[in-house]
Amino acid sequence: MSASNHFGFLDEYAKKEIRRTALKAVAIPGYQVPYSSREMPMGRGFGTGGLQLTLSLLGKGETLKVIDQGSDDSVNAVNLRSFIEMTCSGVDTTISTDEADVIQSRHRIPEKDLREDQLLVLQVPYPDPLIVVEASENKRKTLHGEADYSRLLVKLYEDIVKFDEITISHRYPTRINDHYVIDPSPIPRWDVPKLHQSPALVLLGAGREKKIYAVPPYTKAEPLAFEDVPFRVEDFTDKNGQRRHCQRCGCTTSFLDEFVDSKSGEKVYQCSDSDWCNEQMTKNVSMSEIKSISNKVNTMEVANG
Amino acid sequence: MDKVLEVSHLSKVYGKGCSSCFELTGPEYDTNICPQCGSVIAAHDVSFDLYKGEILGIMGESGSGKSTAVKCLYFDQEPSSGNATFFDEGKKYDLFKLNAAQQRQLANQRFGMVYQNPHLGLNFDISAGGNIAERLLMSEVKNYSDIRSRAKNLLTRTEVLSERMDELPKSFSGGMQQRVQIAKALATNPPLLFLDEVTTGLDLSVQAAILDLILEIQQQQQTSMIVVTHDLGVIRLLAGRTLVMKYGRVIESGLTDQILEDPQHAYTQRLVASAL
Repeated sequence: MSASNHFGFLDEYAKKEIRRTALKAVAIPGYQVPYSSREMPMGRGFGTGGLQLTLSLLGKGETLKVIDQGSDDSVNAVNLRSFIEMTCSGVDTTISTDEADVIQSRHRIPEKDLREDQLLVLQVPYPDPLIVVEASENKRKTLHGEADYSRLLVKLYEDIVKFDEITISHRYPTRINDHYVIDPSPIPRWDVPKLHQSPALVLLGAGREKKIYAVPPYTKAEPLAFEDVPFRVEDFTDKNGQRRHCQRCGCTTSFLDEFVDSKSGEKVYQCSDSDWCNEQMTKNVSMSEIKSISNKVNTMEVANG
Repeated sequence: MDKVLEVSHLSKVYGKGCSSCFELTGPEYDTNICPQCGSVIAAHDVSFDLYKGEILGIMGESGSGKSTAVKCLYFDQEPSSGNATFFDEGKKYDLFKLNAAQQRQLANQRFGMVYQNPHLGLNFDISAGGNIAERLLMSEVKNYSDIRSRAKNLLTRTEVLSERMDELPKSFSGGMQQRVQIAKALATNPPLLFLDEVTTGLDLSVQAAILDLILEIQQQQQTSMIVVTHDLGVIRLLAGRTLVMKYGRVIESGLTDQILEDPQHAYTQRLVASAL
């Protein structure tokens, strides 16, 4: 039997195990549940954890969106999407956040608020936030069990001593439901507050490290911080105190990527979430159309009057 | 006087142990290795009481089990048998019956430990201030400026220049590392402090300064301490009462003056006589 003939590539036992693992992950918010990560036809570290979750959870008639760093057209997203198209007949793919039932993502959470009926799967390279302070997995398990995260907080303390602020840019340690601290995958700090009380279920899968964990819907997700040095997201204000805007759609509320314009050599900014950017553009176009039409009507009325 | 700690029949055996382990070892047999099964009887039948503000000395040669006894009490090692009760703010804790999380909490918040080797007590990858912060963060202090000012106070108190609080301990001298370790142990104002050979390997003037500091802490805060050392001078200066250990057994105990002036056991007599 060729692999592509079987819906979802994985055999049914594998899918069952992954679903059970996911259920356990939801039952113990933030706890890293071990599972037997399957061999996939791509290297570990290319999103196999997320992919196995997606393949186990997708059903016929459902719609999938795959994004990589906010874009549907990045190489990782394109490859994963075409693999799923190949192996899951009857599953639609989309680039619209609105239309998707399952969203698999690398490094970003969509800009648009997710709904209760949606499911976000994040690809995780390093599931354990304690790895930076404790090399032994056995000891890390004890630390997690006793909810002892003082050594992570010492790292934040040292950051403030050295740089006057917490310098973690992505993979910001986040405490789920007042107990386990998770590595929320390499999402920017901007996306961390979206985990808090999220209406959509967020599942995180680490294929190489063989762990699945979850932020269930409407669950507390608090980034680690001090009382007097609170967590803050990326600041997109320029020198003049103006919020930078996307050069393409003009949005001033989204997470921006920085580019260097190849012609002028200047720094330019653009929405990282391509679907969001496109949606803002169509909105702007329709807004300007409405404006121009109403202007025409007004001038006609003036002329007639 | 208030009792702080009550230890009874504490034993620690390395190896599988057999029925004649305790009968065939000890000072009378000149060994702590069981001839039947080869187990090491690191400590056996250690019992003592400790009162508030008191310093108890545990003296003995290398391998006599004095450090083992203290490490069991600080949960670094699990004892083979015995009981220890810790009395704190009207509560009683049966130390060896607590679960791992309760033991950790007690060790972090109510006990302090200073090791002979600063590498055991300090994390050399984080700054001196960070080391103290770690203990404060374990006891749920979550305010950065509070932690800073408390760390600064502690380091000033143990005479470490507060300007150097953000340096790594490896850039400090041995005496300073030991002071940082003491500051870390004192971070949560623990009522019970364990000092394991704290002055061994330091030069005499630094030794004197650290012993002064320990006495000062005892007098100001009424901290109870257990001082483990093989240095008679340290025992004479610090401890009010002393246990003498050999081959894992307590061979003599009583007031320090009495033990040093009128030792009863042959080993203690030799020990006192051989002191420089």
